[in-house]
Amino acid sequence: MASDELFVSGHRGCAGCGMATAVRMVLQEAGPNTIVANATGCLEVMTTGYPETAWKIPWIHAAFENAAAVASGVDVALKKLGKREGVNVLAFAGDGGTFDIGFQALSGMLERGHNITYVVFDNEAYMNTGIQRCSSTPPYASTTTSPAGRVIPGKQGKKKPISKIVAAHDIAYTATATIAHPKDLKTKIKKALESEGPSFVQIFSPCPTGWRFPSELSVKLSKMAVDTGIFVLWELEGGNFDNIRITYKPKERKPVEEYFKLQGRFRHLLKMPEKIAEIQREVDEKCAEFGF
Amino acid sequence: MKVEVLEGHHFLSGDVAVAEGAIAAGCRFFAGYPITPSSEVAERMSRRLPEVGGIFIQMEDELASMAALLGASWGGKKSMTATSGPGFSLMMENYGLGMMTETPCVIVNVQRAGPSTGLPTLVGQGDVMQARWGSHGPYETIALSPESPQECFDMAVRAFNFSEKYRIPVVVLMDESVGHLFERVSIPPKSEIEVIDRKISTDKKRHIYEPDDDLIPPMPPVGEGFGIHVTGLTHDERGYPVITAEAQEKLVRRLVDKIRVHADEIIDYEEFMTEDADVIVIAYGISARSARRAVIMAREKGIKAGMLRLKVIWPFPSKKLRELVEKASHFVVAEINNGQILVEVERAIRKEAVFVGKMGGEPHRPDEVLKGIEEAVK
Repeated sequence: MASDELFVSGHRGCAGCGMATAVRMVLQEAGPNTIVANATGCLEVMTTGYPETAWKIPWIHAAFENAAAVASGVDVALKKLGKREGVNVLAFAGDGGTFDIGFQALSGMLERGHNITYVVFDNEAYMNTGIQRCSSTPPYASTTTSPAGRVIPGKQGKKKPISKIVAAHDIAYTATATIAHPKDLKTKIKKALESEGPSFVQIFSPCPTGWRFPSELSVKLSKMAVDTGIFVLWELEGGNFDNIRITYKPKERKPVEEYFKLQGRFRHLLKMPEKIAEIQREVDEKCAEFGF
Repeated sequence: MKVEVLEGHHFLSGDVAVAEGAIAAGCRFFAGYPITPSSEVAERMSRRLPEVGGIFIQMEDELASMAALLGASWGGKKSMTATSGPGFSLMMENYGLGMMTETPCVIVNVQRAGPSTGLPTLVGQGDVMQARWGSHGPYETIALSPESPQECFDMAVRAFNFSEKYRIPVVVLMDESVGHLFERVSIPPKSEIEVIDRKISTDKKRHIYEPDDDLIPPMPPVGEGFGIHVTGLTHDERGYPVITAEAQEKLVRRLVDKIRVHADEIIDYEEFMTEDADVIVIAYGISARSARRAVIMAREKGIKAGMLRLKVIWPFPSKKLRELVEKASHFVVAEINNGQILVEVERAIRKEAVFVGKMGGEPHRPDEVLKGIEEAVK
């Protein structure tokens, strides 16, 4: 590991944690003049067990719902102190702390126009409390509070399109990224940090424990999510969706079933071809919307 | 598993037992948000409720969860949520709304150590006063404290019965140790479980907040032609806002009195070797189990010790304590906080008690409580 790493090894993340890799990449790009406000979640718990820390930068834990609000305070206080120049203020949160309980604070921060880069590590459920469903959980995924049973085959409802909702606030920069596309991820973080005003990056973060897949597949699953069209890599400056730029288009899209096959949370779907067809149709429609 | 009441003998955790108790009491709506150490309650409910025709909803946070309970209860379902400290804090606004609108529902709080995020996976008993005073304004509350998975089942039933009978949100104040403790739970046949349902209005001309002699107004069913106006503002018997001191005096005094006049029916405790006791330990939840052992150890050493275990914490059994102080000379309070029930005990006995407090993270060891007993009689 390079000596200039700001998120260092020895933390208690599970083997294959997609988020840990993502955080490392983000901080490599952000550099040492960075302050992180971190919501409650796996990231907080696994990196800060006293007397140890994985963070080589100033780090503040907020409650579950207010990473964006705490970062807003940091942003304004630094300005008041005349120390804002050259400092990156980042808010880190999981999908629960962003899509659900932290949504109000996030929207407020965006509307007030703080110069903050908000990064959501999206592992598609509440992993820290034991894999409960979230509004980020994809349709039919089995979680402990959306168990796949005979009557209800996993999570009902769609995945909330958080980045689109965020971009609709007409903010400086919005993007989606994965750890399987590191150059793309780092370019996006760089653009986000250089933007004047709020920026937002959603990083797809496979979770071997919650999704039930072998820990060496995190990068592969990130790639599969993009190659199937389940997760689309895009970026947008401002709030006009006509300006969306797809940053990576798979040459030939893979069927979603291949992605499902690798994960325990979708195992029940393999016996339900009509559900797979339904998702395939939705993914096809979404990709058509994005122009591929 | 499609039974409404899981009759028979089972090996269950407190979290699972409280969920089964709720279902046995007729709970058919659960809205919640994941939080350690209560998530197992939601997980159990997410599997069980669809089997018995109930509804499980995971909400986007605890504010929404508590609000959904109130809505579901007015919709006619017995409703419950489960949470822990940080979530309980977020529920406080709607907890107060439930008090003001007299909405029956049950909140299970599996207490962990706070303040704030504290120790998410480890025990605390620091929400006792929050259950009593957590929302703003004057009101009376009901809170129960089980010491075992068996009592989690039993008290879930009682909590629903209290909430339905007195039209009030009721708190089951569990703690992490009891919630995660696995023990034998014996569930009686359905016919032997007493289930109380709310009084329902039948007279459409009657004002919706017009109380009976017991100070409790029957609840009008929605969608059947009753004029229902539910508000958190101070209201008259029609349910309409009236912004005057007189309306406030009339309404809020009744909200307080409807619990106070029935306090003797609600209050419940266990007396353990108090008959001839010279020193009495007051404890509840997991702390009571350590205290019970400490009392036995003290007796072995020739100290006449006993325990008063609070099964219902609120309303507080002040009268009982005033009786006990006539006979016993010394009092010890063991709880996992900085002295919340201690304040109530000292107020009732009008003198100081020995406090055996812990800030959270582990239950008392019996010898820690024994030390308190020995200090008291010294």
